[in-house]
Amino acid sequence: MHCKDMLGSLSAYVDGELEAQFCAEIERHMADCGNCRAVVDTLRKTVYLYREHGHADVPEEARDRLYAVLHLDKP
Amino acid sequence: MYATEAELIAAARAGHQGAFTEIVERHSGTVYNLALRLVNNPQEAEEVLQETFISAFRALDRFEGRSQLGTWLYRIAYNAALMRLRRRQVATESLDAPTTTDDGDMLPREFVDWSTLPDERLLGKEFRGVLEGALAALPDSLRSVFVLRDIEGLSTAETAETLGLTEVNVKVRLHRARLALREKLSGYFAPMVAGR
Ligand SMILES: [Zn+2]
Repeated sequence: MHCKDMLGSLSAYVDGELEAQFCAEIERHMADCGNCRAVVDTLRKTVYLYREHGHADVPEEARDRLYAVLHLDKP
Repeated sequence: MYATEAELIAAARAGHQGAFTEIVERHSGTVYNLALRLVNNPQEAEEVLQETFISAFRALDRFEGRSQLGTWLYRIAYNAALMRLRRRQVATESLDAPTTTDDGDMLPREFVDWSTLPDERLLGKEFRGVLEGALAALPDSLRSVFVLRDIEGLSTAETAETLGLTEVNVKVRLHRARLALREKLSGYFAPMVAGR
């Protein structure tokens, strides 16, 4: 397997959605390919960083105004 | 308080204030984030947030329960945000400008493994700006998928329904978005790796 052949499957791989056999092939390739290892590790980290830090809470004043226009009491 | 979504919706239709509040509490965060990442402007995102709940509550009788309440709301928000983006494009006449394509060359160019950098290095004071800048640089079609799937945690099926895409299409766009973001973040983090 070449680097290019696995590129399209890497998201499915990090999400654990690939069949075991295909995972094994990817892992066999990565054992010998530092570039693909780095891509997979940084891809996983990228997703993790956005999951942990990408969400912005509704600002408190915006929440106040939302409840006001909806004529609801803010909880 | 409401065991099922059907109960929640029934209570809202019956005019119970608490049910409306519950709907806002459950879904305003995702509505706001989707809007914010699409229009890239907190004030306009707030307007989309308000529009979404105002029109959703007006149309609640027409909600058929075939989709989840969340995806129905996010779809309203998505359409409202898109409308603003289109209006903006018309205003600046950028429709003729070359648009970024979804399917550009996604081959990785950065191979430095910065994933093991300690958090205190990764989460420096510019960090949020870097995350947001990389996200803002994505084409809208990829950004909306990434926000719903990876930031807001919707399933592939929910994302597909919200955006009117097939599940395969969601997966393809999500992957492109992740690769593009990885490339951008690598440009920022790779130089921090020792030996560079
Ligand atoms: Zn490789």
